[in-house]
Amino acid sequence: MLSYTLRRLAFAVPTVLIISLIVFLMLDMAPGDPTGSLPLTIPLEVREQIRISLGLGEPVMIRYFKWLYMMCVTEPLHIVQGMTGWNIAPEGPRILSWQTRSPVGDIIVQRVPQTLWVVGMGYLFGILIALPIGVISAYRQYSWFDQVGTFVSMIGFSVPTFFTGVVFILIFAVWLGWFPSMYDTTHVVRDWNSFVFQAKQIAMPVAVLALYNASQISRFMRASMLDNLNQDYVRTARAKGLGEKTVVLVHVLRNSMIPVVTVIAIGIPTVFTGAIITEQIFRVNGLGDALIRAIYVSDWPMVQTITFIFAILIVLFNLIADVLYGILDPRIRYD
Amino acid sequence: MPEIGQSVLQVQDLKTVFSTRAGDIHAVNSVSFSLQPGELLGVVGESGSGKSVTMMSLIGLLPMPPAEVRAGTVQFGGRDLLKLEQKQLQALRGRDIGFVFQDPMTSLNPVFTVGFQIMEPLRKHMGMDKSAARRRAVDLLELVGIPDAERRLRDFPHQFSGGMRQRVMIAIALACDPKVLIADEPTTALDVTIQAQILELVKDLRQKLGMSIIWITHDLGVIAGIADRVMVMYGGQVVEYGPVREVFANPAHPYTRALMTTVPSVRGERAPKLNVIEGQPPMLSQHPTACPFRARCTHAFERCARENPARYTVLEGHDAACFWDHTTGEPRNV
Ligand SMILES: Nc1ncnc2c1ncn2[C@@H]1O[C@H](COP(=O)(O)OP(=O)(O)O)[C@@H](O)[C@H]1O
Ligand code: SF4
Ligand SMILES: [Mg+2]
Repeated sequence: MLSYTLRRLAFAVPTVLIISLIVFLMLDMAPGDPTGSLPLTIPLEVREQIRISLGLGEPVMIRYFKWLYMMCVTEPLHIVQGMTGWNIAPEGPRILSWQTRSPVGDIIVQRVPQTLWVVGMGYLFGILIALPIGVISAYRQYSWFDQVGTFVSMIGFSVPTFFTGVVFILIFAVWLGWFPSMYDTTHVVRDWNSFVFQAKQIAMPVAVLALYNASQISRFMRASMLDNLNQDYVRTARAKGLGEKTVVLVHVLRNSMIPVVTVIAIGIPTVFTGAIITEQIFRVNGLGDALIRAIYVSDWPMVQTITFIFAILIVLFNLIADVLYGILDPRIRYD
Repeated sequence: MPEIGQSVLQVQDLKTVFSTRAGDIHAVNSVSFSLQPGELLGVVGESGSGKSVTMMSLIGLLPMPPAEVRAGTVQFGGRDLLKLEQKQLQALRGRDIGFVFQDPMTSLNPVFTVGFQIMEPLRKHMGMDKSAARRRAVDLLELVGIPDAERRLRDFPHQFSGGMRQRVMIAIALACDPKVLIADEPTTALDVTIQAQILELVKDLRQKLGMSIIWITHDLGVIAGIADRVMVMYGGQVVEYGPVREVFANPAHPYTRALMTTVPSVRGERAPKLNVIEGQPPMLSQHPTACPFRARCTHAFERCARENPARYTVLEGHDAACFWDHTTGEPRNV
């Protein structure tokens, strides 16, 4: 198992490197550079100097390796230093956002908590709702509970979140006025009242995401349970005289969780990528919002960095899913 | 009919129907039999004749719906099992009646260790704590002939061969010293040498433990080797029932007689080709009103299409359901 994990990790490194090269080159070739948005009155030579000062004068491969080094070493160490206070960050240039002139690492550190809170909670609630629904739907297949569940989840994952988001805002914020339509990131929880406000403002984006995620995961859970409920070992468990609860929640569920856990793990990076739209709708200034804004103003270093982070997350959670599969299913032997 | 008083299990007029989208399937029709203490009853019949459904009906193992036990009584330990609550049935399954299924590759849960799966009924029915259950599990594995039992408890089912898994299944079924062991084609999925080993094991266990056994198979040869009594099923009904020696020496039902010719002769020359019974098994879409075997029966006559034959006594303790008299070759005069 350990050696399998290490082997997979070793393969993940070149994958990530290739992705980084593609991300870098594609954005490097994209039209638009930091001088594009400067007033036209600035003469050409000055523009050129600005370009050089931003490091754009060098050959592309040199710039790639510099970026890669900063991306993988300088920025992470600065982030760790910022969080722990240890003096470990190296001297030297950092990846600067063309838009704000501040290092991308600092911006990301500011943005990640919002995303994790809002979108992560949407995912977490989605899972917590989905699992019991999937189990009950399968055990009571074709009951009214199952029918309603099927209907709701069909709507849940066929309607995109930007639509449900707007509908929620319209109903609960505009008409009923229960929740604020915008997420105020500067809000701090100090006492009970500010906590209630926080709960209120986070409720709608979390609900939108939870509905979407729960729809998908509950379908997976249901299908997986149904697969297993008809297996011979379930009959054996009943023939041993075990109660229905044990049969379903120990024997069947334990087997059914194997593919579901994998799907959940693979889905975690979408917490970040899928959040882009939801963050826009509810004005949550998280990572997705940072990415969209950077794209608008051709802030390539920022876009490169966030895209690269998403790529790493996807590769990483795929790896985690594989390892989890091996841990959960004793039949899998990697070595 | 055998003596009622002392039997371990007494099944009367059992009827099980499946309601499917394509209509009803009358899988078990008026099945009656009894099981004596220490007896090994062989149940034989081609695939689809209702052997498994009969046995699973007894202890409520069929999925309901689609299955429904419409009639009958199952006397066991002074109670009618068909009238028991789910909880009472659960208390009985795996403790008083053990079940071994056909396919050892799929009958064990792949994600739990063999030890866990053997210890489950021990902890539930016998109230054993973990260490007592573990000790008993080791004994059980040794009993069914699995070497290195202590260590193998920690292994998962996929680490065992087919024959070894079936031994594990037998260990589970015997864990709580049941009065009855029902083995549903336990060797069908295994190759011939392993099959012989499992048969030896069961003979041996029967000597040691003395429980009653119902052994389902579609192989008459197996029955001849181990059973005391045989019950032949066809189309969801019992067509012949009696002591093994008697039935083999003196088969009364045309289906049993046809089955006999399909058994390769043990001694002497091999039949050049295995005899198979021509024709299709019957449709079971309604309660039988005629002999289910008539379409394939070489002795069928007009009465067989009008009435479903009842079981008649061939000899004391031996009965058959047929209108034809095998001694005269003529229709019976009843
Ligand atoms: N779950 C089910 N749904 C519908 N019909 C079934 C089901 N299980 C068994 N049957 C029917 O019951 C009949 C007897 O089956 P079974 O007892 O398994 O035969 P055997 O064990 O003798 O091979 C068959 O005709 C089969 O089609
Ligand atoms: S009752 Fe008639 S059809 Fe049925 S087995 Fe006897 S002779 Fe054949
Ligand atoms: Mg069967």
